[in-house]
Amino acid sequence: MTSDHAAMAGDHAAEIDRHVRVYITVFVALMALTIITVAVSYLHLPVPIAVTVALLVATVKGSLVACYFMHLISEKKLIYAVLVLTAVFFAALLALPAVTHSSGYWIHE
Amino acid sequence: MSEPAGVAAPTPHVAHEAHHEEPGFWRKYVFSTDHKVIGIQYAVTGLLFLLFGFSLMMLLRWQLAYPGAALPLLGGLLGDARMPGGTMLPEFYNELGAMHGTIMVFLGVVPLAVGGFGNFVLPLQIGAPDMAFPRLNMASYWFFFLGGVTMLASFLVPGGAAQSGWTSYSPLANLAGTGQTWWLIGMVFLITSSLLGAINFITTTIQLRAKGLTFLRFPFFVWAQLVTSFLLLLAFPPLEAAAVMQLMDRVAGTSFFLPSGLVVSGQALTVAGGGNPLLWQHLFWFLAHPEVYVLILPAMGIVAEIIANNTRKPLWGYRAMVYSVIFLGFMSFIVWAHHMFMTGMGTAMAAFFQTTTMIISIPSVVILTALIISLWGGSIRFNTPMLFALGFLPMFGIGGLTGLPLGLNVTDIPLHDTNYVIGHFHYVVAPGTIFGLFAGIYYWFPKATGRMMNETLGKIHFFGSLVCMNVIFMPMFLMGLAGVSRRLFDGGATYAFAQPVLHLNVVSSWGAWILAIFQIPFIFNFFWSIRKGAQAGENPWQATTIEWAAPSPPPHGNFRVAPEAYREPYEYSVPGAARDFTPQHEA
Amino acid sequence: MEIPYTVEVRRDTGLTNGKIAIWLFLASEVMLFGALFASYILIRSGAPSWPRGDTILNVPLATFNTIVLISSSVTMVMAWASLMRARFGTYRIYMGATILLGFVFLVVKYFEYSHKFHDGLYPGTSNFLAIYFTLTGLHMLHVFGGMVVNAYLWGPGAKLWKTNPVWLTNRVENSGLFWHFVDLVWIFLFPTLYLL
Repeated sequence: MTSDHAAMAGDHAAEIDRHVRVYITVFVALMALTIITVAVSYLHLPVPIAVTVALLVATVKGSLVACYFMHLISEKKLIYAVLVLTAVFFAALLALPAVTHSSGYWIHE
Repeated sequence: MSEPAGVAAPTPHVAHEAHHEEPGFWRKYVFSTDHKVIGIQYAVTGLLFLLFGFSLMMLLRWQLAYPGAALPLLGGLLGDARMPGGTMLPEFYNELGAMHGTIMVFLGVVPLAVGGFGNFVLPLQIGAPDMAFPRLNMASYWFFFLGGVTMLASFLVPGGAAQSGWTSYSPLANLAGTGQTWWLIGMVFLITSSLLGAINFITTTIQLRAKGLTFLRFPFFVWAQLVTSFLLLLAFPPLEAAAVMQLMDRVAGTSFFLPSGLVVSGQALTVAGGGNPLLWQHLFWFLAHPEVYVLILPAMGIVAEIIANNTRKPLWGYRAMVYSVIFLGFMSFIVWAHHMFMTGMGTAMAAFFQTTTMIISIPSVVILTALIISLWGGSIRFNTPMLFALGFLPMFGIGGLTGLPLGLNVTDIPLHDTNYVIGHFHYVVAPGTIFGLFAGIYYWFPKATGRMMNETLGKIHFFGSLVCMNVIFMPMFLMGLAGVSRRLFDGGATYAFAQPVLHLNVVSSWGAWILAIFQIPFIFNFFWSIRKGAQAGENPWQATTIEWAAPSPPPHGNFRVAPEAYREPYEYSVPGAARDFTPQHEA
Repeated sequence: MEIPYTVEVRRDTGLTNGKIAIWLFLASEVMLFGALFASYILIRSGAPSWPRGDTILNVPLATFNTIVLISSSVTMVMAWASLMRARFGTYRIYMGATILLGFVFLVVKYFEYSHKFHDGLYPGTSNFLAIYFTLTGLHMLHVFGGMVVNAYLWGPGAKLWKTNPVWLTNRVENSGLFWHFVDLVWIFLFPTLYLL
């Protein structure tokens, strides 16, 4: 990479323009998904379905932010490795409630 | 040391350049951004905390050996709130126990092992000029310092320091005095510190390693530190979350860890309830099991370096050791609930966690076995670092093997709340890890100061400590197997079944006090050698790793010329070579 | 003394030091918020009954805040893109907008909090509120932290443009990664606390 302003801009100008168009698209998608998730909440669906829908929408939104705003879609292997490792331990963390509430406690009602 | 003219020539020039930015006393020794100064700061602070935490334990052992007896001289000095007439109050006993654990683990061993050795040795071993983020490094030390000061200051608040054990189990810790709040705030500082440190270590290792230093050319110590840093990075945040929640419980009146209908001293608690005390235990052990490996891995790394150097042989099974340490780090995240068999978890969960626990013992055994086999056929130099490294092997071995019954649900339940557990983990951490760290101090002292430590004093220190450590901890297994609880203020004196083994408390306590005497040669040696030790030169141990290419002590920026790695880390006694060691940085 | 790969990337990893560090930091943040989410699930699934968020909290206000935070993420990434296109003036505008939007978020949150306190709803009132205040409080601290860094990069830190534009661009990118992460956390907080 060069430290010269103009050269830096020249190298990337076209690519950056393309990036910016993606950002705008993602922004519109995020807005739409926000409205959808709020709208769905007014339907008062049964809790399991509501949770599924809300988390699904949130996951899609989160992935959009991570992939495009945070450029994860074109990141280096090392970063992926760190994130995969984190994801595994994150999954272990989310198993905590199951571990705590697991059946077979000595004291049964 | 005399140097060839060609090498010496640029030195005045470098010195001249450095002269322009020669920092003042404060920037150079106190608020330094140099990894070596920060490493030494960490190490010295860590050693002081170790001594302080050890002193707490010596006090506590008085009460266990002679329950209810007035402690002569010192007892009166501690005041009526703690030891009226020299006799220990139960509350003070609880403070001593909780703070001994906290200080030894979080303020003593980890700062010395990771902050001290990691900071000082790691950048040198990978041939880097400094850490990737020198100012972050300084911040990390000062967060640690703040955390330490907070913990120490908590002794002076009304009601004293934290009393709910180093594990701070809820709901006990929710209901404890102000000291617990200070403990939590101190922990938040310490977690911040180790987070900054972990990020810095990982980035430094990946980015600043010398040209040619591929991952499988790393000295084992670098691998140990890298895995340790990942453990700190990913295991500490859940404890931070738990600390925030316990702080909320204590300060904002929430009930994350308080179940409904809790009755304390005959009074129903006026809280919302609905919380879960087990949640604290899960989050705490989610950190604290990986933390065990944070304690032990750097020590293993140090021991590996010293064994390779003093057997004059390459480490046996270096790659197996590397893969084992990675696997060990990974597995350490899914064994935490073996600390919680006593909570009565279901058989399915217990089966899962005891299986993972048995699996995680395999890589530990691989590493230990590789280190023992490395001794085979070597012409061993029995210098002080090597003695401590050799001492580490059986001590850690005893600690590990006595852990097996604790990893199995059925045998854990009768043993868990007894002195057996204290014996087990102290063998891992005290004669295990701390011997590894002492080995490291004797080994890298010449690099840090340019002078050797005294061998005779070192040997007195080693043999005295080795004997005393066993005198302290071996009786604990016996008491534990006899069923003596580890949480008794009187050491079990009021229990009939404890009477046949009660005298072991006295043995153990005298072991601890004599151990303190054997630390005096070390303390003297440490300070005396800084000024009077024999000149060390660049590579006094004739070692192969890159840190020995730097001058002793290394200047700011470490190396005269950026080193390159041309070979694997432990090329000792290569057939056909002129010397019995071929440094990594020699083409 | 200069630390290598602060500005330029190391060839074999393809990364600068700062980029690795910020992702490692975010990894630890995932574990921090992950632990709190796990606690939320644990306490909620163990509770005999649990209120729907919208019976206690103000959904329209939170929807507005969601839109504010998503917009700030866009302005943040545009600030970085402006530097990549060497348009320093535009960068200042977008970065300024990001900080302003962060400020709007905090102001709205202030009104939400004070309204709750006014109604006598405190963290200790119920476990729902305990989790609500803890999670959003911690999130607000992150928003505030991000704003401090962004304000530095907008003001005094922006001087770096004259001497080392690539470095400034990297710093803005890294600060942006943190800011997007804070946004991402909110994307999950919003439905879990307000809508379910």
